[in-house]
Amino acid sequence: MTGFVSIKNLEKHYGDFKALKGIDLDVAEGEVVCVVGPSGSGKSTLIRCINCLEKFERSSEIIVDETPVIPGKSLAKIRAEVGMVFQSFNLFPHLSVRRNVMLAPMRVRGASKVDAEAHADTLLKRVGIFEQADKYPKHLSGGQQQRVAIARALAMEPRVMLFDEPTSALDPEMVGEVLDVMKNLADTGVTMIVVTHEMGFARQVADRVIFMDGGEIIESGTPDDIFSNAKEVRTQNFLSAVLNH
Amino acid sequence: MELIETFFNSEVLIRAFPMLMKGLWITIKLGTVSIVAGLILGLLLSLVRLYAPSSVQFLARVYIDIFRSLPLLVLLIIVYYAFPFIGIRLSPFWSAMLALTLVSAAYTAEIFRAGIQAIPNGQFEASQALGLSYRHMMLDVILPQAVKIVIPPLTNNSINVVKDTALASVVAMPDLLKQATQAQALSANPSPLIGAAIIYILFLWPLVAAVSRMERRFGAGES
Repeated sequence: MTGFVSIKNLEKHYGDFKALKGIDLDVAEGEVVCVVGPSGSGKSTLIRCINCLEKFERSSEIIVDETPVIPGKSLAKIRAEVGMVFQSFNLFPHLSVRRNVMLAPMRVRGASKVDAEAHADTLLKRVGIFEQADKYPKHLSGGQQQRVAIARALAMEPRVMLFDEPTSALDPEMVGEVLDVMKNLADTGVTMIVVTHEMGFARQVADRVIFMDGGEIIESGTPDDIFSNAKEVRTQNFLSAVLNH
Repeated sequence: MELIETFFNSEVLIRAFPMLMKGLWITIKLGTVSIVAGLILGLLLSLVRLYAPSSVQFLARVYIDIFRSLPLLVLLIIVYYAFPFIGIRLSPFWSAMLALTLVSAAYTAEIFRAGIQAIPNGQFEASQALGLSYRHMMLDVILPQAVKIVIPPLTNNSINVVKDTALASVVAMPDLLKQATQAQALSANPSPLIGAAIIYILFLWPLVAAVSRMERRFGAGES
């Protein structure tokens, strides 16, 4: 069976350095996959390949909703279907919060201003930022900015959401509000691939947890398989390092 | 008293005033047309310089470097006195406009390039991840942010272009300086030249002050 997102033999080289060494991964529709692992293990690179922010080797294959991810015309379709949330939010600073959310539906989907605005307001309510809709990103806290970024990605009604360490740049007291939004999102059945250091979130929300190290998938399974019964030594070492402090 | 008679002779100034105004009008026209054309050409050049295939990029770089090292006066004289030999005969106005535009575009291209490169990579990635086309990414996300960064240096460049219009007087363009020198010759008194200097200052001082204000404001951590 091939998944909604299907990754075969994914390799990414920077010169001689192999950031990804042949990743195989299938993600089913509605599945929530959390990718964990030490820094430099290639987990961010992996999800950045899915919407082609990172180019990968020709021999590799990524398919999203039956469309191969290759530079060119079809890429626009893939990117419209794949939402992404970045570690550093990357909101557009010159646009109000509402405009941030409205931009892509209007420009990519050709939505009317009225529709885009109504949809934006619905999403901003959903992530609890509606009151700040007319403010500019710099007037919002990190947690609020990240929730806007989630709303902005959702505005395209993506079939898959990619999260690239969405809480790593946040002050500790703001991590919870972002994870709550993500939990609610997971409950609505959106396919999610989440690179995270939040083991609590992974344990609670993930259908599957993937442990990566050195550009490879070392181990994958249910949260219980990984967090309570890890088989590989590298997984055990990593988990004991991050969980026991 | 002799000093005032010589340099600030009110009688001469009043007589020369209509000529100076005519000259100012031409200076403004020439400056505006060259600035606008230079902006458009410069923006295109900067995009080529940043995003075109590398061979075309190289050509843009050569253009920018050449026109930044060529003295404007030399270029102007080439356009006006040398181009006719290959059948290109331009009026003083269009010669001056062409020379000013070609040089201004080179500076403008570098200003735009710096402005675009100052935009964090995350802005490009967020635009791409949302599926925005290259055109929409530039028009809706990158350029509006870059413009804010480039406005002070662009205004500086525009001031330079307006000042450089005075060079057009060497190809017999009846701009402000040319009118002033003619009025000076007619009245055998240099007051019109001082008049022209005062007009240049009155006209450009507000722009210079505006640049300083903008630089202070943008410099004070606005982003």
